[in-house]
Amino acid sequence: MKPTSDEHMFLTSDSMAPIGSEVVSRPVVSIADVTKSFGTGGQRVVALEGVTLDVDRGEFICLLGASGCGKSTLLNLVAGLDRPTSGRVEVRATRTGLMFQEAALFPWLTVRGNVEIALKLAGIPRAERRARAAALLDMVHLGDFAKRRPHELSGGMRQRVALARALAQDADVLLMDEPFGALDAMTRDRLHDELEALWTSTGKTILFVTHNVREAVRLGDCVVLLASRPGRVAACYDVTIPRPRRIDSPEVATLAATITDQLREEVRRGTGD
Amino acid sequence: MALATDLDVVRSVTPPAGNRRAAVAAKAWSATWPKLLAVAIVIGAWQGAVWSHWRPQDLVPSPFTVLDQLVQHPATMVSASWVTLRRGAQGFALSMLIGGAVGIAVARVPVLRAAIGSIITGLQTMPSVAWVPLAIILFHEGQGTVTFVVVLGAAPSIANGIINGIDHVPPVLLRAGRVLGARGFGALRLVVIPAALPTVVGGLKQGWAFAWRSLMAAELIGSLPGHVGIGQLLNAAQEQIDYVGVFEAMIVILIIGVLVDSLVFGTVDRAIRRRYGLIDAAAG
Repeated sequence: MKPTSDEHMFLTSDSMAPIGSEVVSRPVVSIADVTKSFGTGGQRVVALEGVTLDVDRGEFICLLGASGCGKSTLLNLVAGLDRPTSGRVEVRATRTGLMFQEAALFPWLTVRGNVEIALKLAGIPRAERRARAAALLDMVHLGDFAKRRPHELSGGMRQRVALARALAQDADVLLMDEPFGALDAMTRDRLHDELEALWTSTGKTILFVTHNVREAVRLGDCVVLLASRPGRVAACYDVTIPRPRRIDSPEVATLAATITDQLREEVRRGTGD
Repeated sequence: MALATDLDVVRSVTPPAGNRRAAVAAKAWSATWPKLLAVAIVIGAWQGAVWSHWRPQDLVPSPFTVLDQLVQHPATMVSASWVTLRRGAQGFALSMLIGGAVGIAVARVPVLRAAIGSIITGLQTMPSVAWVPLAIILFHEGQGTVTFVVVLGAAPSIANGIINGIDHVPPVLLRAGRVLGARGFGALRLVVIPAALPTVVGGLKQGWAFAWRSLMAAELIGSLPGHVGIGQLLNAAQEQIDYVGVFEAMIVILIIGVLVDSLVFGTVDRAIRRRYGLIDAAAG
């Protein structure tokens, strides 16, 4: 298939160079009037309709919605794993890293091997990989577990390895698809703290999908509420609560309650009750 | 410390050193005694058949006569076993190459899957003995005959193992590979093949069973020149009315088949399953 203007584009740093300092102010991810449907005829399902969203460099955006609102579809489009039916997705980054709800670690590799394979596929020379992997594992507090295998780790530790692996790609944009959805509350809270600290220190742009309202308010600079069937942007909330935040703080609870009300409204509209 | 709960989970997987030796001994015994029982049942049934005069006594020697002969004069059996194993190894190596290449091609190319997939299944149902006459016509009597029959017996199982393995790679691993930038051959080498490996080893194990049967068919029917293999020894013993020799050769064929299966393929299979975390920690 020949690339057309309607399809997903990666603009490399080379192509941005002539534009100069202007680039900095342009959004790192631009989603413009994107529609995505699956199937044809009577079986046609519209997953996303007319979604427009800009993400600035270094921003932490949470995409919030009930199941079936096309959150994951949207991430797949940004990751370049799928193409929009119409509209335009532009990513002005050399790479995007993606994390799923499952850690999806390779069971035949050690923890270190899982991080190193990402470095290898990113074209990092062999000599550098070992040191880079060690540094990344230290960053997610798993330095002592480099030689373990994924099945020897707890769920939270596996997600930390997946995070280190995603960071190993040295992507400017990190896409996270309900990465902590399968974890217990305590582990999740700890990983929120760690992710916030990592984001602050690395300045990555993060697009974080969740169906947990408090989690979205806890983490995001901005919470984008998606409506279901078809998926579209229903509302955007700027979160101005100072960091570091706590998921059980009153400010988070208050904003979460407001968003939850709106989310309920959207769900009701979606199911036609 | 914040990480304490996670660390505890991992530590508890490894038992203290003192208990470990006793645990290993117990595990070795629990793995051994059913096999000893199986041997006892076979020898008991055999001796029972001899005592019952089910067939004339000189036609069915006692298991102890046969075992005694085997232990006292093992030279012929041992050298014949080596000849056969070498022939088998050659054929099996080629089976892995051919079965591997065909399996990967069929799993990855939809057109080939439709065309060749059913041929592979068809080949698996073909008794290997039925290939021997054709093999003799094509290759006369030599290693070519053995290799031809072994490959036709083993390669379909090996290919099927690879196809099944690749088909059942968890999609999330493929997706993870794609996200990390694994494409085409890189994805095959770094993600698909390693992920399929446990099933592939199962196919190799089954392939070996077919290879061993095919090898015996070739050696029994296709009177191969040169070195004498175990199948030829069996054939010769029957022709020379050496009943002890017939039983001897059969026992050796059985033992080699079982040993290769459990020592080579069983060991590889267990090692891979342990590595992939497919064995329950308590049992593995």
